[in-house]
Amino acid sequence: MNDKTNRPIYLDYSATTPIDERVVAEMIKYMGPEATFGNPASRSHSYGWTAEAATEDARQHVADLVGADPREIVFTSGATESDNLAIKGSAHFNQKRGKHIITCKTEHKAVLDSCRQLEREGYEVTYLDPEKNGLVDLEKLKAAMRDDTTLVSIMHVNNEIGVIQDIEAIGNACRERKIIFHVDAAQSAGKVPIDLANLPVDLMSFSAHKIYGPKGMGALYVQRKPRIRLEAQMHGGGHERGMRSGTLATHQIVGMGEAFRIAKQEMAMENERLINLRNQLWDGLKDMEEVYINGDFEQRVAGNLNISFNYVEGESLLMALKDLAISSGSACTSASLEPSYVLRALGRNDELAHSSIRFSMGRYTTSTDIETTIAHVRSAVEKLRDLSPLWDMFKDGIDIDSIEWAAH
Amino acid sequence: MAVYFDHNATTPLHEKVLEAMLPYMGSVCGNPSSLHRFGRLQRQAIEQAREQVAALMGAQTSQVIFTSGGTEANNLMLKGLSADASVQRIAVSEIEHMSLLEPAAKVACAVDRIAVNEQGLVTQESLKQAIQKDTALVSVMAANNETGAIQDIEKLAEVARESGTWFHSDVSQIAGKLAFSFEQTGVHAMTLSSHKFYGPMGAGALIVDKCLPMHSLLQGGSQEKGLRAGTENVAAIVGFGMAAELAAQELLERGDHVKVLRDALEKELMKFAVVKVFSQEIKRLPNTLQFGVQGFDGETLLMELDRRGFAVSSGSACTSGKTEPSHVLKAMAVSNDLATSAIRVSLGRTNTMAEVERFIEAMQQILGIKNSAVMMAANL
Repeated sequence: MNDKTNRPIYLDYSATTPIDERVVAEMIKYMGPEATFGNPASRSHSYGWTAEAATEDARQHVADLVGADPREIVFTSGATESDNLAIKGSAHFNQKRGKHIITCKTEHKAVLDSCRQLEREGYEVTYLDPEKNGLVDLEKLKAAMRDDTTLVSIMHVNNEIGVIQDIEAIGNACRERKIIFHVDAAQSAGKVPIDLANLPVDLMSFSAHKIYGPKGMGALYVQRKPRIRLEAQMHGGGHERGMRSGTLATHQIVGMGEAFRIAKQEMAMENERLINLRNQLWDGLKDMEEVYINGDFEQRVAGNLNISFNYVEGESLLMALKDLAISSGSACTSASLEPSYVLRALGRNDELAHSSIRFSMGRYTTSTDIETTIAHVRSAVEKLRDLSPLWDMFKDGIDIDSIEWAAH
Repeated sequence: MAVYFDHNATTPLHEKVLEAMLPYMGSVCGNPSSLHRFGRLQRQAIEQAREQVAALMGAQTSQVIFTSGGTEANNLMLKGLSADASVQRIAVSEIEHMSLLEPAAKVACAVDRIAVNEQGLVTQESLKQAIQKDTALVSVMAANNETGAIQDIEKLAEVARESGTWFHSDVSQIAGKLAFSFEQTGVHAMTLSSHKFYGPMGAGALIVDKCLPMHSLLQGGSQEKGLRAGTENVAAIVGFGMAAELAAQELLERGDHVKVLRDALEKELMKFAVVKVFSQEIKRLPNTLQFGVQGFDGETLLMELDRRGFAVSSGSACTSGKTEPSHVLKAMAVSNDLATSAIRVSLGRTNTMAEVERFIEAMQQILGIKNSAVMMAANL
């Protein structure tokens, strides 16, 4: 990072993370004319065997981080594909048992859009409202369960507001009703301890590029005992025990393995550091007027802080904060100017949802970065509020919600 | 390390491809969907790669949909098109790759097979026979991964167009080896794989005419014009683009180099009476030679060659490990015995004549031992 001084401060680790240089070092061993190469599916020579052995080591590392058996790890091209495979694959396989699915309105698009696709195919989907703190109410979930419910899909850590769902309690409720439980763990693996050997979870999606591994790489945990069966979504060659065909990118698998190995080693220490940075950031902003945290503060992943700055328009704030690489929510929907559907689902009004910023910190964020961030944010918010007639009205004690705007 | 003669399975990364990729694995980080500078740099890199790939294949940039590889592109083609209510019937050739045949077995619409002749060629007649009134799409690969047989795609696409049928071609094996143009051949769609021509694994593309009513297979994001959800694999896409650019530059040189080696190998092997070269009478990929050895078992041959330091395969890597004879050779009416003795040699840009000579020596030893054993047995 030569030109680091000219670059914005990167606080968008929930969108993607840089690849850890230790991960790159492992990947490069499988890239290039002088490196080890081969198609892991080649059975007739050592190039293929070596590549396959490397992918199996990586599978072990991925399994180790989350307490799974390596035979339960199916590699995919990313968490989006994992979510698609988990949801459509299990819904299709179990359609004779029933065609009802339960999920939550704050899930990632990959889950919500897979569910919408199933609706087009004649399935019924219940989209639960989360509580105001972003968490799913267990009783409401239980009440939504029906005899024809075959799948519940609830994410572990939310990508926008960082709240951690109680997947153990949700999983137990699913087990009681013999419903398959899928968890999107793209934002939690490597950040929150996961022990699938003891968790009542049947399917779990992982992403490599959210924890310092390469893009284009993910995995789906598919429980073996009792065995969860899926209908494959990608066909041709029968790779990954028939659940996902296509040549595996050896260097990317190796990269994911190394990223997961490092995460297992460093997670505890890293979380402590990130919680300190998060507290530093919040301590530096919380005395401002009309500033709200979105999502539960305690049940929250270490590196995430999502804040609404009332009476400030989110897009203007992002523009004013050009020296910070931040986002107003999910990268996957950031091209649209709609207020975040996650914040809307928490019951935030459009204005507050529109004025929110997600700060996500990670391995390379420093305390100095946070100091600079606090200064930038405070000055930008003050400037924008100075220009805002709504802010003036608020300061004059006018209840803005009571104003009847002229039609036009 | 053994001599690598399995370039149709996968190729090593070109050093310049690696060079192009490294920044996107290191200092240049960001999600291409993010609006900040980090994200915009990633987006620009993807668009540059799209131009490079489009240029190699004679297509428009807007027609290039990046996927995780050839398998996904073939799945997207068949399942993504047949998901449209208007599509009632498709036809695929018998010698397609598994990544096309297996999704073809899963689509909801009717699927017909297009036969090949004994050389592995789809003739215009056989295509006409396979096309029915309601056939929406036909798919014929440009070059076969096992035999290297090259189809006359331009003529076949013309037949399809005359019948009002869309034409898809899996060009994974011909791309980067011989000139092939989307526009010139008149196809409506084609599948491409990066790691078959010195690009990285994990990237491929479906190049598709906008008039086809395609549906996405992956839901959850509007990437790739809504046809392929999921955060783009930027480093691999950048590598794919660079591999395409290099292939375009070095196309003739690469083709000539492997053809000289392949022809020399073929000439020597033909001296063994027991050797039969597949698809020998038609145009083949310049780097590919697949042959059967009468009276030999393919697995034994592979083991003997491995022992002598040669990495070859019997056919497709994706089906290797199976002992069944190749579906490609079966479709060409090759006998089971000969088909199970098949060996595929696929050469690449770093192979040398010295390696080819050593391979011939190794074959002489292997075939000689067996012959003398047979003779000894006969004498007893």
